[in-house]
Amino acid sequence: MIANYGYKDGSGEYYISIDTDKCIDCAANRACLTACPKEMFEMITDDYDDEVAWVKKSNTRTLAYDCAECKPAGGHTSLPCTTACTPGAIKHSW
Amino acid sequence: MITAGIDMGSRSVKVVLLEEIKVDGAPQLNYSVKKAHLMMPGDIDADQAAEKAFTEALAAAGVSRDQVTSVFATGAGRKQVEFATEGVTEMTAGAKGAVFMYPQARTVVDVGAEEGRGIKTDSDGKAIDFAGNEKCAAGAGSFAEAMSRALQMSLKEFGEASLRSDKSIPMNAQCTVFAESEVVSLIHSATPKEDIAKAVLDAVASRVCAMVRRVGIEGNVVLIGGMVHNPGFVASLKNAMDVDQVLLPDLPEFVSALGCALIAAERQH
Repeated sequence: MIANYGYKDGSGEYYISIDTDKCIDCAANRACLTACPKEMFEMITDDYDDEVAWVKKSNTRTLAYDCAECKPAGGHTSLPCTTACTPGAIKHSW
Repeated sequence: MITAGIDMGSRSVKVVLLEEIKVDGAPQLNYSVKKAHLMMPGDIDADQAAEKAFTEALAAAGVSRDQVTSVFATGAGRKQVEFATEGVTEMTAGAKGAVFMYPQARTVVDVGAEEGRGIKTDSDGKAIDFAGNEKCAAGAGSFAEAMSRALQMSLKEFGEASLRSDKSIPMNAQCTVFAESEVVSLIHSATPKEDIAKAVLDAVASRVCAMVRRVGIEGNVVLIGGMVHNPGFVASLKNAMDVDQVLLPDLPEFVSALGCALIAAERQH
């Protein structure tokens, strides 16, 4: 399942997409959990009884601010979450 | 076997009691809705509302609590349903209920009071892609309700009025508070109420459509949730999504509760 967490507001569209099929038998050893400096990712058991990552509720309304330090303006050339995770499993819409 | 699905929404509680049936020669008929029940929480506590709605639904169906083998809950307040066996997300429940009603549906648009979302589903009613808007209620029913109040119209009049307009007035504000200020400006500039109503519903539809486009429009589209009762919104959504047909269930606010009851029944096997 592709799970899109985030929002669209007057300043833009801020979604983190997680391909939860890639969380099953995760090839990156759950690296997303520690890669994010804000610790936004968490493992849950979804409705289909698969253990998958999601973005914590407390962060889904503030993604534009929470992710700012990992964007190029914050000095990063690549996002720690997308780099640490299985390629293509985590995507940012902005 | 009787199972129950409770959709604990932000505005109302929906309960569906589902009975497993066996019809000879019609293997596709596995379930029948025994009773559906809706209750507006009003001024009572949300956790009590679920209990009251469930008790009333059981009484209306003539079913005792012991006969219900499993109760699944969904919706924003699903964790407050203390007697529920299990909880599932709105996406899982909505997809399951929509595909049960319309097996050909692959895109589900769920617009309730406080939130709208787009869901892509497979033929089994399993959600395979979803997007919502976690921050803002401007793509949901409460936004339309607030704007109808600003125009001093009932929601029914508001929806019908928008159908009489062929104007396209863009609403730029994303936030309900600022949008209301735009509506007031339009009133002061003597813009006809039907044109303002259409502008508001076009804006809601456009935001909902942006979420649906994130998951992609595929196959038949079914719209569920209370906003189905607003014909102006349905017309605006069709237009925004650029589709010929949007499937509209008879009891759209019960689809997620139905999905919940179906999942409860499937897990019993």
